[in-house]
Amino acid sequence: MSDAPLNSTPQTGETLLSVEGLSASYGAVRALDEVSLNVPERGLCAVLGANGAGKTTLLRTLTGLHRATSGKVRLAGEDITRLPTEKVITRGLAHVPEGGGVIIELTVEENLRLGALWRSDRRDRTTLDEVMDLFPPLVERRSRPAGTLSGGERQMLAIGRALMARPKVLLLDEPSLGLAPLITKQIFSLLRDLRDRTGLTVVLVEQNAAGALSVTDHGFVLNQGRVAAEGPSDGLLADDRTRHAYLGF
Amino acid sequence: MNYFITLTLNGLASGAAYAALALALVIIYQATRLVNFAQPALALLSVYAAYTVTQLTGSYWIGFAAALGTGLLVGAFVERVVVRPIARTSQLNAIIVTLGLLLVVQGGVGMIWGNEQHSFGYAFSYVGRFAPSDVFALVSVGIAALLLFALYRFTPLGLRMRAAAFHPEAARLSGVKVGMMLTAGWGIASLIGALAGMLAGPPFISPNVFDVVFVFGITAAVVGGLDNPFGAVIGGLLIGLGMSYVSGYVGPELATLTALAIVVIVLSVRPDGILSRPTARKV
Amino acid sequence: MTSPTTQREERPAASGAGTTPPRTPGTSRWGALPLPARHLLLAALGLAAVTGLLFATGDLTALRIAAVGYTMLAIAGLQLLVGGSGQVSLGHGAFMMIGAYSMALLVLHQPTLPIVANLGIIVLVSIVAGVAVGAATARLHGPYLAGATLILAVGLPGLTHRYHDFLGGSNGLNIRTAGVPPFLDGLVTTSEWRTLVVWTTVVVGLALLATVSAGRLGRRMRAIRDDETAASMAGIPVGKTKVVAFVIASAAGGLAGGLQAYVLGTVTPSSFTLVLSLTLLAALVLGGIGSLWGALWASVAIVYLEIWATDLARSLNMTRDAENNLPIVFFGIVLILVLRFWPLGVHGALQNLRARLRARSNSS
Repeated sequence: MSDAPLNSTPQTGETLLSVEGLSASYGAVRALDEVSLNVPERGLCAVLGANGAGKTTLLRTLTGLHRATSGKVRLAGEDITRLPTEKVITRGLAHVPEGGGVIIELTVEENLRLGALWRSDRRDRTTLDEVMDLFPPLVERRSRPAGTLSGGERQMLAIGRALMARPKVLLLDEPSLGLAPLITKQIFSLLRDLRDRTGLTVVLVEQNAAGALSVTDHGFVLNQGRVAAEGPSDGLLADDRTRHAYLGF
Repeated sequence: MNYFITLTLNGLASGAAYAALALALVIIYQATRLVNFAQPALALLSVYAAYTVTQLTGSYWIGFAAALGTGLLVGAFVERVVVRPIARTSQLNAIIVTLGLLLVVQGGVGMIWGNEQHSFGYAFSYVGRFAPSDVFALVSVGIAALLLFALYRFTPLGLRMRAAAFHPEAARLSGVKVGMMLTAGWGIASLIGALAGMLAGPPFISPNVFDVVFVFGITAAVVGGLDNPFGAVIGGLLIGLGMSYVSGYVGPELATLTALAIVVIVLSVRPDGILSRPTARKV
Repeated sequence: MTSPTTQREERPAASGAGTTPPRTPGTSRWGALPLPARHLLLAALGLAAVTGLLFATGDLTALRIAAVGYTMLAIAGLQLLVGGSGQVSLGHGAFMMIGAYSMALLVLHQPTLPIVANLGIIVLVSIVAGVAVGAATARLHGPYLAGATLILAVGLPGLTHRYHDFLGGSNGLNIRTAGVPPFLDGLVTTSEWRTLVVWTTVVVGLALLATVSAGRLGRRMRAIRDDETAASMAGIPVGKTKVVAFVIASAAGGLAGGLQAYVLGTVTPSSFTLVLSLTLLAALVLGGIGSLWGALWASVAIVYLEIWATDLARSLNMTRDAENNLPIVFFGIVLILVLRFWPLGVHGALQNLRARLRARSNSS
């Protein structure tokens, strides 16, 4: 990996999240093989690839849910590779895992409050109100168990909980999984909106490559644990070779 | 009729202790999917600590506080030092390690304090129908249950503990130190177990004093649903009543086998206890 | 004094194991034998080893060797239940109690019956008890089954007080069993003879358990242990298989209890406490789940840890209370340490060691 400029859109800035030579494995199986990539501040990036390409492992290794065997992860210059998950979160990296990880036994509001519990200003209700404003369907269901929500609402709640931590970078693992195309579209445009309005940096792992590339500025394609291709999203979308070889459309 | 009322009141009072022990089991089961078979041993240690402190200070209440404090500390210590390293290997090993603890602590108490009975009185009179000690049992367990409910429901610590129990990974991703929550859960559970011990042990304590109490406690927890604190309390009171009637009308030797019959019958109808939520089958 | 005894006790048995290479079938005539024949042959070897050991060590250790025998049979039954079908029973001691009291009642009320008949009847009684408990608890899973069986273990001794006249209350029952048969008179002592009877029964029982566990039933049980839902979708009758596993374990436990009563000549409710049941299960995990060898280490641990602890307490001049409690404390500590450092138990640790040695000899 090089330090090639990723500023495909004018508003992106300096590298915020940098990954250098990151490797991880499950037993004898190498899931990540020397992955290097840089995500600029205010970037909106897609990580694409087939099933088993290492996308989920990449996110899990970034937030310390999975142990890296070698390599470095830096967030705003700080080395966070060996930090335990609960510390990584406090440094400004939020992670919405596959399926959302909503706690169905807790109410909607408890789920949201949980996201900000580690903050010293957790009593401040402005964040909660802001997040609720982003997702109107959650407001009327705030005291219901999260298990009663629909799939799309759960995904909103999961993103909301991540935002409660006021992160610098938001990692999302397949938010479109199992959702209707219309709802997927809503969520994608919400992410773009968030980036444009608040300057949040977003890394979106997706199976749905076409949809993800149409909303992001930059894309990374993983194949068998390596970065096989990367570039501006419209470029990747136009590149037939990459599309056929790795993205399957 | 008079006899029936006496049995009912006695049953409720001893049921309070079973409810507290069941509550202790449920707290740990919710957090770790592990039945803590060492719970009666931890309660035993707490009660003997109270016995010694009361002997030294002459005050029952300092001893009472010592029991709760011992429970809290020993529970947290045991989770951190003994259970956690082994719980990672397998579920069965985790159960076995609590059995090992039970043997060590029960035997250790016998080595230190002796196998013979010690008399250890209540702070209240326990003579007569619905004696002050019975009232104390019901009231203290009621207060403990309410405090526990408030802790879980309304405090940030409680929210963290519930999150860690229901979905450890999501909790970690929300910045919760899941390991700390487990330690806290074991501490709180053992504190409540110590309360159960203080209620069920006296007037005489010996290393085996909680064997039968534990049977009723686990019966209460299982009947109420191992992952439901309300079920544990209701189960405890029901078992207390049932055992009181069986002991009074049939004979105390059959009380434990009756508990077994209750468990089998209730679980045949509702395999996860009376109050447990039906869980979706994972295929 | 005791430690060389265990050494000798283990070694002949282990050398018998050295000749079991089921991993290299076809290369030897051994692999061509049908499984039950192999198990019977091993059983005969084991019995021969125990007999040799018995004559080498003399009358004093006979009772200990007998204790290892019946404890091993009980644990082997539990092995099949826990290691095979994945059901955790904390009430195995209850079945030993049923077997022991059956033996005592048979000897008291039918003194003319030969020991073989008594053992057969005990197996039948244990099977009936196992069917009753197993059917009642068939729907319970995991911690619920553990809890129910725990209650059984605590509750059953209460019956001896309820039926005081018949079962003798807390004093229990004392029996006199037949000694050495006339044709062996002078050759073996009474305790040696009883030890041989115990071990003959034990090796036959173990051979049966090994055959069951290697056969179709064993495979079904393991399928249920690994994934109950998948097993039932594969057409395995889950409920029935679990009950059968429970019944076999009960029979082994009952038979072990009967042998214990036969050797000790006395049964009391205080021999069948909750601690016994917990110790059996704990020892099984300590020895190593999933292999009959684990049951051997487990029973040796139960019998000898207690002896060592008592010796230790005496040599340290401990108080009576300390002396009485040291064995279970000692056992508990050993259990926790073994689980901490060898999660697969003693058998697992030995297997790892053997694999490492083999790897080293291959590489050199």
